[in-house]
Amino acid sequence: AYDFRITGNDAEDAELRFVTCQSLWSQIKAQTEQIQEDLNKQLLDNLLSFLSRSHSEFQEKTTEWTCRMKFREIPTAALVLGVNVTDHDLTFRGLSDVLQDNITPYIALLEAKDCPAIKNLMQKLMGQLMNCDIDVDLLEDEDGVQVSQSRVRCSMSSLVSWYESVTKKTDSETPSKKRNSSSRRWQSPPVVVIFKDMESFTTKVLQDFIVISSQHIHELPLVLIFGIATSPMIIHRLLPHSVSSLLCIELFQSLSCKEHLSTIIDKLLLTSQFPFKLGEKVLQVLINIFLYHDFSVQNFIKGFQLCIVEHFYSQPLSVLCCQPVDIKKRVCALSHHQCENIRRLPSFRRYVEKQESGKQIELLTNDSFLKEETEKLLDDLHVYHENYISILRCLHVFTSSLPKYPLGKQIRELHCACLENRVWETEEYESSLQLARMLNKTDLVTMLQQCVEILMSSSGKQFDKTVEKLKEFLTQFQSLEAEASQERDASVSSQKELQKKTDLYHLQKTLLELKESRKSKKLTKFEMLRFEVVDYIDSLVRKYLLPADDRPLHEIVYFNAAAVLRGHLNAAPRTALHTALNNPHWYLKNQALKCDGGSISNKAPDICIVYKLHLECGRLINLVDWLEAFSTVVMAAEEPNADAASSDQVDDIIHARFIRAVSELELLGFIKPSKQKTDHVARLTWGGC
Amino acid sequence: MPNLEHSAYSAADLLHLESLVPCRESQVSTLLSIFGERQQFSFPSIFIYGHTSSGKTYVMQTLLTTLQLPHVFVNCVEYFTSRLLLEEILIQLQRCSSDTEQTSPVHCDTLNDFVRLFKQAVVTRELQDQTLYIVLDRAEQLREMEANILPAFLRLQELTDRNVTVVLLSEIVWELFRPNIGCFEPFTMYFPDYSIGHLQKILSQNHPPEYSADFYAAYINILLGVFYMVCRDLKELRHLAALNFAKYCEPVVRGEANERDTRKLWKNIEPHLKKAMQTVYLREISSSQWERLQHDGGEPGQLKGLSAHTHVELPYYSKFLLIAAYLASYNPVRTDKRFFLKHHGKIRKTNFMKKHEKTSNHLLGPKPFPLDRLLAILYSIVDNRVAPTANIFSQITSLVTLQLLSMVGQNDQLDGPRYKCTVSLDFIRAVAR
Repeated sequence: AYDFRITGNDAEDAELRFVTCQSLWSQIKAQTEQIQEDLNKQLLDNLLSFLSRSHSEFQEKTTEWTCRMKFREIPTAALVLGVNVTDHDLTFRGLSDVLQDNITPYIALLEAKDCPAIKNLMQKLMGQLMNCDIDVDLLEDEDGVQVSQSRVRCSMSSLVSWYESVTKKTDSETPSKKRNSSSRRWQSPPVVVIFKDMESFTTKVLQDFIVISSQHIHELPLVLIFGIATSPMIIHRLLPHSVSSLLCIELFQSLSCKEHLSTIIDKLLLTSQFPFKLGEKVLQVLINIFLYHDFSVQNFIKGFQLCIVEHFYSQPLSVLCCQPVDIKKRVCALSHHQCENIRRLPSFRRYVEKQESGKQIELLTNDSFLKEETEKLLDDLHVYHENYISILRCLHVFTSSLPKYPLGKQIRELHCACLENRVWETEEYESSLQLARMLNKTDLVTMLQQCVEILMSSSGKQFDKTVEKLKEFLTQFQSLEAEASQERDASVSSQKELQKKTDLYHLQKTLLELKESRKSKKLTKFEMLRFEVVDYIDSLVRKYLLPADDRPLHEIVYFNAAAVLRGHLNAAPRTALHTALNNPHWYLKNQALKCDGGSISNKAPDICIVYKLHLECGRLINLVDWLEAFSTVVMAAEEPNADAASSDQVDDIIHARFIRAVSELELLGFIKPSKQKTDHVARLTWGGC
Repeated sequence: MPNLEHSAYSAADLLHLESLVPCRESQVSTLLSIFGERQQFSFPSIFIYGHTSSGKTYVMQTLLTTLQLPHVFVNCVEYFTSRLLLEEILIQLQRCSSDTEQTSPVHCDTLNDFVRLFKQAVVTRELQDQTLYIVLDRAEQLREMEANILPAFLRLQELTDRNVTVVLLSEIVWELFRPNIGCFEPFTMYFPDYSIGHLQKILSQNHPPEYSADFYAAYINILLGVFYMVCRDLKELRHLAALNFAKYCEPVVRGEANERDTRKLWKNIEPHLKKAMQTVYLREISSSQWERLQHDGGEPGQLKGLSAHTHVELPYYSKFLLIAAYLASYNPVRTDKRFFLKHHGKIRKTNFMKKHEKTSNHLLGPKPFPLDRLLAILYSIVDNRVAPTANIFSQITSLVTLQLLSMVGQNDQLDGPRYKCTVSLDFIRAVAR
């Protein structure tokens, strides 16, 4: 009965955890979408103005001389989006939504894999455009039927006639039938064709399409958008001059993915808005995947989502990972089992050990006392986060302007460094303090001003004193102004003196003197103040930028299982395969398979034996030798009747087993039949040469 | 100047035609004499070839419409399959024969059907005593359709037993068309390129109404002086002329110079045109951007052209993969051991130098290499250990889709994919930096 109750309780918490996880994720998702929208706004606005401008001549039907003489080029937007192809989908979706709302209902999105030939491209294009028309005018059934005739001639001329009929229809309908969409602002909205992945299109398809559409540009106001992942040079590589001269190409560049990531990190991780936090190792894994492998912000967010799910799934206490207002209620509702879970947390145990003995006993035995304490600690943790973030930003103001960036240029690097261990104990911190002590005055003042702004904007009240102190520094700097200028004059004069003397001996002597004097020289007021400022910042860092691992109950809000995450996101199929075949115990957990060192156990599955044997061979493997070796290994166990069977002929069963194992290896891609030598197979993996 | 003369057509029509096709009078008169009178059978097929924008399409079109000859005009690039092409011809035929707009949908899959439907279409017309002209523009596309299309078009007159003439327009010579099995030889005709004098004459013809013809002719003269070396395409030149004319007029509009002050005008426009040659003409910046620049009076230097954006930002391992692929493509296999086996930072660097000194490999172009070699080189050039994760492999694939690498031999993707590196040395230098 007791067990049942516990599982029941656990299940209850699990449900709550699930709900918490869901709501947290939906909040974060909304936030990320907002961020992305904001970031893309500039680009989309530019594109919109380009599109609305592109066919203005078409609208006005000008008869001016220049317009008549000029060759009608197809307006084309080259959209450079960067190599993170996985993110492009989202951008294109946003783009087509915006276009639909503002410019035109006629949008076709084309992908290279659908368009191996011009025929397929035209089919796809017409399908998308004409369908959209049916969608828009659901009411007019008879027209829809007419358009969706099964055999529409898939040529540009039918597209043109379709466009004429559509625009004429909307013309005739006129204002009496009120249409809300502003897309009908013009009589003839442009037809936008988006090539999602320009690089993958074949040259011929693109060329033909452009040539054809340039013939009809007078009847069909077409606008092309090329989605480019690498560089706009690809246009010249894909299209010869005779074709590219038909286009009027303008370049649009999206935000670099690194900046995008910085914003995401800034808004998602460096904020106390969300209770959930990433541990240092986990964050490092996510950032590494981003920087080393794919540059994809989408994947980063997916990874972040995985962390959230994994955290709420694996950590029973994650039920407390919620907004501060809910904490009290949830702590009160904790079951005894959950309290035990709290007591088992390593950080909590460390905390208990530091307490006096009476309190220790209370904490370990009294559930309600524990709950109170937990609540207090969680509150502390929240306050710690708020402070941490503000001070981190202040520190970043300093470190990001130092030469060579000892603590990293980006705030994420600084964040990782601070999470990892006590940042003030690291060499990099030492050197950056050294550098900070050499900052000039104007820089220092601007930095202090920035710090004041950051601290003022932070929600916590506890920075009032700090702000005052910083302001005091600022006023002191201002009062120093006059003295500092005098100081400079003096130093310049001494320099001049030095330059006058050309005699080597004298020079040496003065240099020595100068060195002496510099050692003993009293620091100027500015320098004193500078030291003071840096020391003050240092004290702030020591006070607030403690690594989270030191905080009790940090396991509740921090997700630290980097290994799990790496296994999920950065899988190593070759390594896994090798482990499975080389050491089957690893996956099968069968004691009999536990082998020592390089020896081959005959109890292992056949494929493992064959695999291990083939590791010892060169690039070409003789099948007969291989079979011989295989049968020797297999027979090793059946020693008693060995001489009876294996004397000259290999057992049929063993032969069959061998053949099966070898074909399995072939299926896995380790070997392939070779034509170089009969009865040999070729290895496809290393080790042969 | 050879005046066009033909008994079948009125002198006014001919005079009008002549004014429309400057510098092509001799070709037109040849064509007219081949065509003969309206009801006379003409040569079954005529093949006209000449460079881009030497006026083939334009002359044909003007000729047929001015003299009101019944004709069908089809661009073979646009109607890319034989079915589309044949149906389009029939549709146009219907359209020009029947005054009532009843275009019933035509289904025509084979040439056999076409001949049958064609006969019907022509019989129903009142114009059957006139020669019908079928003009196929960009006829080189016909070679890519079914093998019977081109020979059948060449002897369409014989097959349909109707008064029809097929005109093929192409940029390439007839010798490249001739099928192996032989065919009816069309009458071939060459349209020579326009000379500089011709260009001057044609371009000057369309002067803007606000300015005198002489003024515009002087402008065209300057324009041709700059562009004739690089571009003889009439369409392109006319486009450039229209783009830059506003700038040319500027001193006149401001009153700093009068229309006859050629030298001053030349000084004003010449650097501008040179700049245009490097930017607009190459489509580095678009014509609309160019116009806006002119309008705002800004310097073209502000706007970066397309090729200014050559830098491609790549993830860390993608960079190394690309470098490894480049090394694998341009280094022979036998040198791998020497270059990558003993690797200390310094030695490797000198080896890089050595590689680039040998230009012969660069002239030969990239060679294919197997996946394993790429990975082996990758492991030796990256400082820390690289785990062969799924991400690395997917990065290779995405480099292929970005056209930085290319896959060689599609058939054995599973057991031994081979790649080629398609990027240039400059690109790889920029990546390696």
